[in-house]
Formats: sequence, structure tokens, C-alpha cells
Amino acid sequence: MSRSATHHVETSPKVADEVKCTTCYMCACRCGIRVHLQGDKVRYIEGNPDHPINRGVLCAKGSAGIMQHTSPARLRKPLLRVGERGSGDFREIEWDEALEIAGGWLRETRRNDPSRLAFFTGRDQSQSLTGWWAKQYGTLNYAAHGGFCSVNMAAAGLYTIGGSFWEFGEPDWDHTRYLLLFGVAEDHDSNPIKMGLGRLKTRGDAKFVSINPTRTGYSAIADEWIGIRPGTDGLFVAALIHELLRAEQIDWDYLARYTNAPWLVIQAPGDAQDGRIARTADGSPMCFDGKRQAVRRATDADASPRLVGACDLPNGHRAVPAFQLMAARFLDRQYAPGAVAARTGIPADQIRRIAAEIAHAAFRQQIELDIPWTDWAGRRHDKMVGRPVSMHAMRGISAHSNGFHTCRMIHLLQMLLGTIDVPGGFRYKPPFPRPCPPGPKPAGHTAAPDTPLDGMPLGFPTGPEDLLVTADGTPKRIDKAFSWEYPLAAHGMMQMVIRNAWAGDPYPVDVLFLYMANMGWNSAMNVPETLRYLTDKNEDGSYRIPKVIYSDAYYSETVPYADLVLPDTTYLERWDCISLLDRPICSAEGPADSIRHPVVKPDREVRPFQDVLIELGARLNLPGFAKEDGSPAYPGGYPDYMVNHQRAPGIGPLAGWRGDGSSHGRGAPNPDQLQRYIDNGGFWQHHLPPEQTYYKHANGPYLAYAQKMGWIPNADQIVMQLYAEPLQKFRLAAQGHGDRQPPDALRARIERYFDPLPIWYPPFEEEAFAGADFPLHAVTQRPMHMYHSWGGQNAWLRQITARNRLFVHANTAASLDLVDDDWVWVISPHGRVKGQIKLMHGVNPDTVWTWNAIGKRQGTWGLDGDAPEATKGFLLNHIISELLPARADGHRYANADPVTGQAAWYDLRVRLEKCAPAEAGETAPRFAALPPVPDQAAVPVLRYGADFDRRPTGTGSDDHLEWIGNRRENAATGTGVRPGHGNRTDGSAEGSDT
Amino acid sequence: MTSLPATPPTKKLGLVIDLDICVGCHACAVSCKEWNAGGHSAPLTDHDPYGADPTGVWFNRIHSYEAVGDDGDSRTVHFPKSCLHCDDAPCVTVCPTGASYKRAEDGIVLVDADMCIGCKLCSWACPYGAREYDEDAGVMKKCTLCVDKIYNENLPPESRVPACVSACPTGARSFGDLGDPDSDVSHLVRARAGYDLMPEQGCRPVNKYLPPRPRTRLEEVAGTALTPVVADEAGAIARWVDRLFSR
Repeated sequence: MSRSATHHVETSPKVADEVKCTTCYMCACRCGIRVHLQGDKVRYIEGNPDHPINRGVLCAKGSAGIMQHTSPARLRKPLLRVGERGSGDFREIEWDEALEIAGGWLRETRRNDPSRLAFFTGRDQSQSLTGWWAKQYGTLNYAAHGGFCSVNMAAAGLYTIGGSFWEFGEPDWDHTRYLLLFGVAEDHDSNPIKMGLGRLKTRGDAKFVSINPTRTGYSAIADEWIGIRPGTDGLFVAALIHELLRAEQIDWDYLARYTNAPWLVIQAPGDAQDGRIARTADGSPMCFDGKRQAVRRATDADASPRLVGACDLPNGHRAVPAFQLMAARFLDRQYAPGAVAARTGIPADQIRRIAAEIAHAAFRQQIELDIPWTDWAGRRHDKMVGRPVSMHAMRGISAHSNGFHTCRMIHLLQMLLGTIDVPGGFRYKPPFPRPCPPGPKPAGHTAAPDTPLDGMPLGFPTGPEDLLVTADGTPKRIDKAFSWEYPLAAHGMMQMVIRNAWAGDPYPVDVLFLYMANMGWNSAMNVPETLRYLTDKNEDGSYRIPKVIYSDAYYSETVPYADLVLPDTTYLERWDCISLLDRPICSAEGPADSIRHPVVKPDREVRPFQDVLIELGARLNLPGFAKEDGSPAYPGGYPDYMVNHQRAPGIGPLAGWRGDGSSHGRGAPNPDQLQRYIDNGGFWQHHLPPEQTYYKHANGPYLAYAQKMGWIPNADQIVMQLYAEPLQKFRLAAQGHGDRQPPDALRARIERYFDPLPIWYPPFEEEAFAGADFPLHAVTQRPMHMYHSWGGQNAWLRQITARNRLFVHANTAASLDLVDDDWVWVISPHGRVKGQIKLMHGVNPDTVWTWNAIGKRQGTWGLDGDAPEATKGFLLNHIISELLPARADGHRYANADPVTGQAAWYDLRVRLEKCAPAEAGETAPRFAALPPVPDQAAVPVLRYGADFDRRPTGTGSDDHLEWIGNRRENAATGTGVRPGHGNRTDGSAEGSDT
Repeated sequence: MTSLPATPPTKKLGLVIDLDICVGCHACAVSCKEWNAGGHSAPLTDHDPYGADPTGVWFNRIHSYEAVGDDGDSRTVHFPKSCLHCDDAPCVTVCPTGASYKRAEDGIVLVDADMCIGCKLCSWACPYGAREYDEDAGVMKKCTLCVDKIYNENLPPESRVPACVSACPTGARSFGDLGDPDSDVSHLVRARAGYDLMPEQGCRPVNKYLPPRPRTRLEEVAGTALTPVVADEAGAIARWVDRLFSR
């Protein structure tokens, strides 16, 4: 159509030669994308409307994928260090040589002591492969980046409800009437959260409350923003629980049926059984049946449990239901709204009102869906009843040293309200829920030369016997995960590896092998010291950390600190599987997984890291990676593995189209599997029948299906654990019971923090450094357009944010005699960093904050030396310590949660000092400029897109297609808008809403 | 000077932007940049893309700011802004060459790059600052409402919308004929009291903004505090001890 009289407009130009559907990797959200290609050039990337994650939408990062794919910071060829470590002085080498070198180092280490390989994989989303590689290699020193990301959330969830927040669960966006969002600026579920908030607010019948020290994007559209003081969320939630308990606004039936509230807890102070769950001889938990007036199995379907009231056990011990212990704790006046108001910064009246509103939504706005379902005991229910209060929590809870217990407290609040996996509440995404905690224990008790481990390195301890410690209590792992210091470090503690390897604490390593983790910069705590650890030498001139191998696609700050660099591809050049064995893309409506496939060929000598790892496995003759005759088990690399690897009989990395193509979940490898994925737009999805979509923890048919899929060992009901017995087992050990005993110096710490019921305590740094010297909290957020994206080198995104400011409340600034745009020193107990301030009102007055990971080191990421990222951008990482102050005996704990080892980088305390005029204008500290990436071409002007073929193909449609955002929700609220989705209306020629 | 269509367009394609749910994520801005970099006005040149002052042509930009009331109360607003395709477009009438024009058939305001001399009068005339000068090409560029996408039969129907609209994760953007009172976008604008940006400028913009809704408040139905029925642990235990539940 080109009807303008004098101007020619081509309304139907050619777009692409072909369109390929794959999976985005601009962050951890993993949306489906349609990549429009002209030859080998990417014309346009849009969201895939059929994809279960994003349903056609795409965020700023995803739309900027072209600039990530074409970044000048891409590595081009393997690099071998020739200068001093950290100099960036490399020689390009061929892949054969690179693999020969890496193989040689790894082979020698494996022959001597495989534990002296520390293999840590950052933001790896192929952990089922990398973890299995570590297992077959025989090193227990393996993990991804969960230790400084969100192990607090994962562990608290998995030990409490058998699932977790993060991307593993979601609010019931379409039914909830009250949403509490704790500390979320952005999350892995980047687009699903945005889509959900949009729908929820467009429906107009829900209230959205954001609890966050900082009012950025999501908080800005909240009905109520609560600018809480960092690290005090647990107190706020405890006060809500206090109010609800006192008013009896709790779901008794839910607690009795789905949680361990009725389980009897032994009360025998001084006894080895004190605080343990009373069990039958065969291990079944017991409750007190009020009808029979006797104890019996708590799992019996016909039990009539009491939730309150002591009783005597057959062996003479007294016992009380777990609920009673919990209630006693939270009825205490220390959790009254008035008692927590000052510390949280939330007025008592506001806390009381929120509690009343939550109770109103849960108990006066009960939802009933006309969906009959069958429970774990085979009983039919004619409706699905829901209490429409939902919660989601993330970073603001996680990165504090009290995060594990705070997250458990949020889950407790959910249980008390009866809102987990019910209509309107929080929903599990398959393969969750799993038993609390899931089965596998960490392996590594039996590490030996040239020998695989007897299990996967990461797992879930349930007592002291599962710790990876020597007889005297010394940690067996380099990061000290699963030691008495950090017993439930289920994701490892990547943040401690470089420091501990340097210190030889508990022992040195031979090879440090890192993938996709910027440990020399924004993923490090204490950057200056980390760089020293990486470059420090022994007296003989050798490096304290002898060999460093690093794989990344881009020239990050960490690359110059490697001895050998294995260049990875971009996400458009590779195979990947987003696997049910790892971190899948499921929704509460059903399981799903997906693939990446190469839509563009690399124009550089780079290889996908997973291909390289599989080849190294074969070269090292690792069982599973090499056949008995020594030939590679997966000569086709990662795609070969994706199709043919079987973790258990019939279960492989991809669930869809197994066997002859008609089996899903279980089935023999199918040589056509990848093509089936490609034909289906890159993903597989199963829609659970409606009767399986809620109550998954107690839903008989769902549990049977989950067992059949291999997600859970049996179809037993998954009972949520408001009382966490595994924690009590550690506490009993600390009290001297059992044959696994902690070092004496750790007893008090373990006894305090391994409380089987949620507790709140001040963040450690606050305890150590509060007061006039460091009166302010300092936290960070990632901007939505850069959250989890691998670099700030993106030519489009850095036009939005190329430097960060320190945001300060206007009143706080005034009290410090600071005005907008002043330069300040941000001073912590550990150092100081210089930045420019920006005043705002939407921030807790005791808190300053900045955008994280904007600051870059000069010379890296393909940026010019005078890029604002390097001259003005700053990291708070420089002034965060990886260690806490020394104990009386000189020992220093990690700056971490004492239960899980989660890095406590939100605990930071600071003060501000105005810079002298001469100091303004540039950030500090600055580190020596690094030489640019080899062969980096200067790009003064970027004219991307100029050369695409835009010749007319077709005449163009005569009419437009009207599009309504949130069409369904807008239609339902009486706007007069027709129902449907986007530009499809129900019953229209284009099809109907699906 | 250039004339607007002699007969005002009856069809007025435009955007409706819901400020109640915009979270300021920049998805619309970058998606726009991506499509249009290779589209009708290609390229959207970027200067110094990896240097000290990266600046490029963007048709859609997000402005985030705090509105602070006299009482110190404040709220954060994310405000996406692109060409509003005005009925009385001063950028058209000010154009000395006829390069700036408003299409009679759908009301979209475009620039004919072959006729543009880069004098920038249009950018001075536009009260919204919606025009983007491409220094490299020496011509003015602007939002095309994805005129090369919305009618493009090489794309499936669900993609025949402005890039910013289909990309928006929160669903804050709608697209349609605001000249048709019975269109869905017109219904939406009426239902939500959609408004013109800076109406006092007299440009009669086609695009509409939906204002933030009043914040949901529940005090009236939920009360301001719960009424306690137990005072302490002892009272609670006494009250709850004989209750039985079923599994």
C-alpha cells in the first residue's frame, strides 16, 4: 500500500530470508525468540508469541541482542598468557594447542588429587552437564554462582515448602487479590513478572504492595510502596504473623493437612532427642489424634490432629505439636508491630493495617474454582479453594546474612494463610514441589585420584553426617561449603574460591577453571584484594594460584587474569538445552523445556563452552565422556549429548519427543528430537490437566505424574516444613549430641543460627559496624535493561545507562550538606569508592543505593578508555569485604549467611563524605588500564541496518490490525474493548485467543 | 511551508500508553530501535557507540522522574515518549521543503528523506521534542508508527503492529484507529479517561496517555487493624488446645 500522492513509502518491504526460533540468553529469563535473518545478518529479533515464557513480548535486553551478538568485545580465538598475569598480554593460539594445554593440566591434577581442580561456572545454565563433568572428573570443588546469588532463597524454600521463589514458582497472577513483593527490582522471571503485574493491575481488583528500600520500576506501580530498612524484612513479616495469630486469622485446615504443624516435637531439654520430630519405629512422624486421644502416624489420612496441646509419647518423652512452638514464638511481644516499627522504619499502624488487609484478602475474598480434584489419599474434592494472597521475594531478602531465616519466615506466613499452590496464591512450577529438602546429598566424602565421585557435588544435607568435613571438622571443599561454618551451602560458595585458593585455606589448588563469571570484577566481593589473590606469587616466583583457565565470550575484566582463555560463542551461534534436569522454563500450568540452536555461524575461531567441556572429558578419558575403547562418547558435541545422554534410563536432558517421538519425559533417545524441537519453535511444553494445576503438593494425579516423569522418588504427599528438623539436628550436635561434633569454637554459632523455627537477627555487618561511623545502608539494584545481561558493552543499552550515580534521599543529603550532583566518598569499614550523587525521595532515608555492574575497568569490554563506565562508573564491590571481622581467636568467617553461606553483599554499611573540589569528576579507585581485546576495530559510527534489503515483496495489507495490551483483562473490566489477545479478538478471522 | 492533508484524515492511527502499568523497562524503546535500525528510516545511526559519549537516533525514549508534592509525598513515573502523530502537526506545517508530511490515508506523520534538507525547523516546532536528527545522514528522522511493519504481508498477523507495542512486557501499549469512535482503542481511552499530552499546545495529538489509576486502598473494607482474640501464649494455648482438625 503506497497511496500518498507525492511520497513513496514501502509498506511491505522484505524482512528476512528466513526466520528461526530459538531461545534468548540476554539474561536468565530464557524467552522464546524469532530471529529474522537476511543471509548471515540478524535483521530483527522479536518475542515468540507461542512461547510459554514470554508469549510474544520481549524486554530491552532481548531486543538489544543484535548488539551483543556483534559486540567488538567478543573474543576471537584461544589466548595463552605470555606476560604477567593481569597484564592482558596474550598470544593467540590454535584450538588444538589450547585443548592440549588444558587437557594436560587437568590430566595431571586428576592423577594427583582431583580436588585440586576448582571448577566454578558462574551464570551457567548447563549445570546438569557441568556438575556431571565435575563428578566424573572426581572433584568436589564445583559449583555455579548461586553462593553469591540466591542460595538463601533456594535453600529456605527447598527445606520449607519443597519449592522456591526465583523462577521456580510464580504468583497466581490471574486470581490473586493481594500481592506482596519483597525486595524485587528485577528477577530471573523478568518478562513473566512484568506480564503478570500488567495483567494484575489491569484487572483492577487486586492490591499490589512492594516492600523495598528503593522505589524503582516495579515498586513505582505498586499500590503501596513500603520503603523498609534493609535487612529487616524478617521483623516486618514476624509482626504480620504476630497480628494474624492474635486475631486467629490463619488457615487451620491448611496447616493440619499440608504442613507439619501437627507433627509432635519432642520436648526433652538436654536429651539427644530434644527438638526432634517424634517418629514411629519406621520413621513416620506422629501427631496427637484428638478423637482417639492417642498419638498416631501424622501421615494417616483419617487422623484428627491437634495443633496445640502437650502429650506423652510411649517412651515417656513429652511432646507438643510444631504449631504450638511456632505460635509461642510469634505471639511474643518482641514481634508486636510497635516493637519492630523503629527498627524496620515502618510505622506500627501501617503494619497493623497491612495485616488486616492480608487477612481480608485471604479469608473474606476466598476463591472457589469449579475444578474437581483428587488428593493424595484418593479423596475427591468438588472445588479448588484458594486464599488469594500471593508473595514473591528475591535479592533484597537473599543477599543478607539473615536471608535464609527471613525467607523461611515469608514461607511461614504463606503457610499460615494457606496460600501455597492454591488459586490466587503462590504456585509451584514443575518439577517442583519436591520433598523438603530434595533427596541427593552432596558427594565428596570419597575423593580419589583418577576416580569419579560417587554422586553429584552439590546436594542437600539433612544432618551433620552429610557435611563434607574431615574428622577434626576441617572443610573438605575449597569454598568451605557443607562445612560446619556453612552447612546448608547447597549452591556452593563461589565467592570464596579465589580467596581460599590463594590462602591455601583449607588447602591450595592446582587449577582454577572458571566459566562465565566475572570474578575479577563485578562478581567479586572486594575487587582490589581479589586481583591481588589472582596475581600473588610464592617466593619461588610461581603464582599462588598456579593455573587459571577461563571461558567467556567477551573480553571481561576477568579474562586478563587467566593463563588460558577458551573463547565461547554468542547465544545465537550455539546449541543449548534449557533442561528439566537443570533450570527449566516451566510454568505453573505445566512443564516445559527448550533448546538453543545455531541460527548464525560464528565468524571467529570460537567454540561453545559445552562442546569444549565434552571434548576435554573425552580427552581425559572420563567415564561417560569416553567409551571403554577411549573414543568420545559424544563425538557430535553438545547436541549429541542433548539427544543421547541418559541420566537415568529413559531420562535425558530434553523431555520432549523421546522414543519414537510420541513419548515425553521418559523414553529412549530419539535421533529426530532436535528437529522436533526446531519444528515446534524451539520448545516443548505439556499442559497439565486443570485438576492437576493446584495443590500439587497433595494432588494425587499430579504427584503420580511427577513420579512418572522422574521428578520425585514417590507419589507421597509433600508435607511443608514450618518446623525444620534438619536444622535441629545441627543444633543438637552443637549441644554435644551425636558422634559428629563441630569444633568447639563453632558450637555457639551453630546453636544460635540453626533454629528449627524462623528467627530474625541483625545483619552481621550491621551488628559489627552500626553507629555513627557507618550510619547508612548501601545496596545495589540492576536496571531492568541490563539485569543479568552479560556486559555493558552493548551499543544500544549503554546509551540508556553508561554510568551510575549514588542515589541519596533528599533529606539525608540535606542533613549531610550535600546537594544534587555532588561527588562523594562512599566509605565502608573496608575501603572507599568515589561517585556522584543523585537525590531522590523514593528511597529509605537510611539507605543509599546505586545501579550494580555499570562500572567497568578501563580497556575491557571493547569500550574506549574514556568510556563513562570506566571514568565515572563505580562498583560498591570495591568496599565490600568477603570476610567478616576477626573472631576473638583471630578466625574470620565469610561475610555470609551462617546457614547457607550466601554472600551477604546487601549488609554493607557506609558513610558519605563530600569530595574536595579537586577530587570531583572521576571515580576512584581506578585500576590500571588493560590493553584492548586483540584486533579490536574502532567503531566511530555505527550504521547497523543500513545495508538490509528493503525491496518490496508483496503489496502490503490494506488495513491495520488493532492491538490492545492486556486485551482480555481490559475487556473484562467493562471498557468496551473486545476480548481476545493483542490483535486477535475472540472469534475474529485471525483466530481466537489461546 | 508544507500543508496538512486538505481533508483531515478520518483514520488516525496512533498509540495508547498506559502510565498505570509502565515500569520503565525500556523494552519498547529498544525494540523500536531494533526494528527501525533496518526499517523505513534505516539506519538509526549511533555515534561513538563504544566511546565516551554514545549517542544515537531513537524514535522512542523513556523518561523516568519523581513527582514530589508539596507535602513531600512523591511518586515515581515512567513516561515513554515518541511522536504523537498530531492532527495539527506543527512539524509538518513548518517544513520548508515538503519533506515532513501527514499521510491522508492513516494520519501517520513521516519524513521523506529524499526531500529533507536537515534544517531542523521541525524539531524546533515540535513541542514534544519527538524528532531525531541523524547527523550522519543529514536528515531528520522520527517514529514511523512502523509503517513498514503494520501493513507488511511478509510478517504474520501478530507481528503487524508497531514494534514497541508487541514487545511491551506489561501490556502498557495499544495501537489502533483513534479516529474511529467505535474502535477498541477509542473505547479504552474513554473508559480510562485517556488524555492528550500538553493540550495547550494546540497540536491535537493522536496518541493518548492513560493516567495512573488511583491506588487501591482497602482500609474501608479491611479495617485498619485486626481485633485480637488472644493476648499471649498462655491464652492462645488455652483457647486452641481442644480443637481438632482433619487431614
